[in-house]
Amino acid sequence: MTNILVYALHHEGAVNKNALGAISAAAKAAGELGGEAHALFVGEDVADDVAGSVGSYGATKVFRAKAPAGLAQPIVDALDAVLSQGDYGYVLFGGGLLGFEAGAAIAARRGGGIGVEITGIRVEGGELVAERPILGDTQISDITFRGLGVIASRLNAFEPVQSGSPVAVEDIDVTLSDASAKVEIVTRGEQRGADVNIEDAQVLVTGGRGLGSAENFSVAEDLASAFGGTAAVAATRAAVDAGWFPYAGQIGQTGKTVAPKLYLGLGVSGAIQHKVGMQSADNIVAINKDGNAPIFEFADLGVVGDLHAIAPALAEAIKAKKG
Amino acid sequence: MTKIVVLVKEVPDAAVQKQVDTSTGLLDRSGEKTLNPFDTHAIEAALQLKESGALPVDEVVAVTVGPDSAVKALQKAVSLGADRSVHLTDPGLAASDVVATGYALAEIVKRENPDLVLAGQQSDDGQSYAVGAVVAEHLGWPALTQVIKLEADGTTLTCERQAEYGYDTVKVQLPAVISVGDAINEPRYPSLKAIMGAKKKPLESLSLADAGIDASKVGEEGRKAVWQAAKEPPAKAPGEIIEDEDTAQTVEKIVTWLDDRKLI
Repeated sequence: MTNILVYALHHEGAVNKNALGAISAAAKAAGELGGEAHALFVGEDVADDVAGSVGSYGATKVFRAKAPAGLAQPIVDALDAVLSQGDYGYVLFGGGLLGFEAGAAIAARRGGGIGVEITGIRVEGGELVAERPILGDTQISDITFRGLGVIASRLNAFEPVQSGSPVAVEDIDVTLSDASAKVEIVTRGEQRGADVNIEDAQVLVTGGRGLGSAENFSVAEDLASAFGGTAAVAATRAAVDAGWFPYAGQIGQTGKTVAPKLYLGLGVSGAIQHKVGMQSADNIVAINKDGNAPIFEFADLGVVGDLHAIAPALAEAIKAKKG
Repeated sequence: MTKIVVLVKEVPDAAVQKQVDTSTGLLDRSGEKTLNPFDTHAIEAALQLKESGALPVDEVVAVTVGPDSAVKALQKAVSLGADRSVHLTDPGLAASDVVATGYALAEIVKRENPDLVLAGQQSDDGQSYAVGAVVAEHLGWPALTQVIKLEADGTTLTCERQAEYGYDTVKVQLPAVISVGDAINEPRYPSLKAIMGAKKKPLESLSLADAGIDASKVGEEGRKAVWQAAKEPPAKAPGEIIEDEDTAQTVEKIVTWLDDRKLI
């Protein structure tokens, strides 16, 4: 019998959607392996009802470890404690950087292997096979494991699926390692810059590094206002990290996931970390002077040219068209 | 005094089409190589800690694991400002997974006994984000990845990064392993003098046996994540591409395309 342990990422009383997706996927796979899916919460004050709620996504057991949230080392210690007292073949993380950090460390600690950026799992021959896109998603490799298999998923790899009902929470004692005592989270999840709403927009004009400056975001603003209605401006991580746009408007791995009717990228290269947050858009248009940019691999319409000339002219043309 | 080890990696040049051997699922690592671009930010971070006096750094050591050709990555690291380099190279390391590679690197780090290990947040080819965490686990040190701001005060590092819910600020006690994101700095360009002088700086080449590394924990035998055959994902119809030659015409084409899909 092979059980799957899932790390349940949470913040401010809510379980992360990617963790719920991972629990759902684990429940399905564990069923095929003849085992169960269990979930682990790590935090100082995880409420009973929050932790127990993941039973509704297929977890048959829920463990809670009292330790600081948002840091990899305590998560590794807590995972280690649960794995030591049960029969587990796999550990699964939903999307997020803690999965890469804690996943790699728990694999090392327990002599297992890790697959990262996993987009799907399936059961074959009584074991889990993890699907891992490589080379800019042009190929998908299958990964199997010897010993403990740790699977750190890509953002939005798994959809939450309701099955089962809330379960009781079991508290576990964790002895924190020396490494855990040497990290302290001062602030978690700080929002910087203005609060912009990009999740409800039907049209998203997204500025990337190619825009060149904070001032040049006016080009994106003008184009969005030409569309009118529910158009908004968003940004890539590179643009946000450069201080050109507020964090609330960031799409991607550590930002928002959006699925507008139209995504229009200005100077966006289309790195995987960005793509995972916008690939569900109905229509993807990219304007970028670098014809080799990865975004042209998955854009529905790619325009190779100078956005600083094209975007303002496009804004004027759209306004004229709308009359 | 403080010693910093920077973990670097040789990767296929991004300008070169990368290939996978579909029968083994392993990356074809022939062809032009370069220093992983993400690692240049780690070297720059080490130099800034040294130059600003934030840490009393007396030595920056570049460490890599990889085939003979990886010497070039070390030379680039040294030309960017590392003082010397260590190259772990052995046929027994071929086909190591990230956990095995991290174990081997940790053994080299132990030999060096630094106060801080810096790495790029990901490699251009494997993109595992994970090697720093593995190295730290073997050393019993804390680790943090994707750090975009780093301040040192005595033996405490204050690190900022973007995480799942926004910006996190984390205090880490040295010794530690920190992987940096590309937003942390703008790496300097090496001077011609530095490039010419790079070959004169000490380079130590070690085999598994030299470094006392357990060969059964690396390579084919030691890997626990086994890459199988690669396959093509379901094909998506290729998009339309417009090469902009005349802006007015280009704009007209875009407007027509949008209008056909009722997006205006």
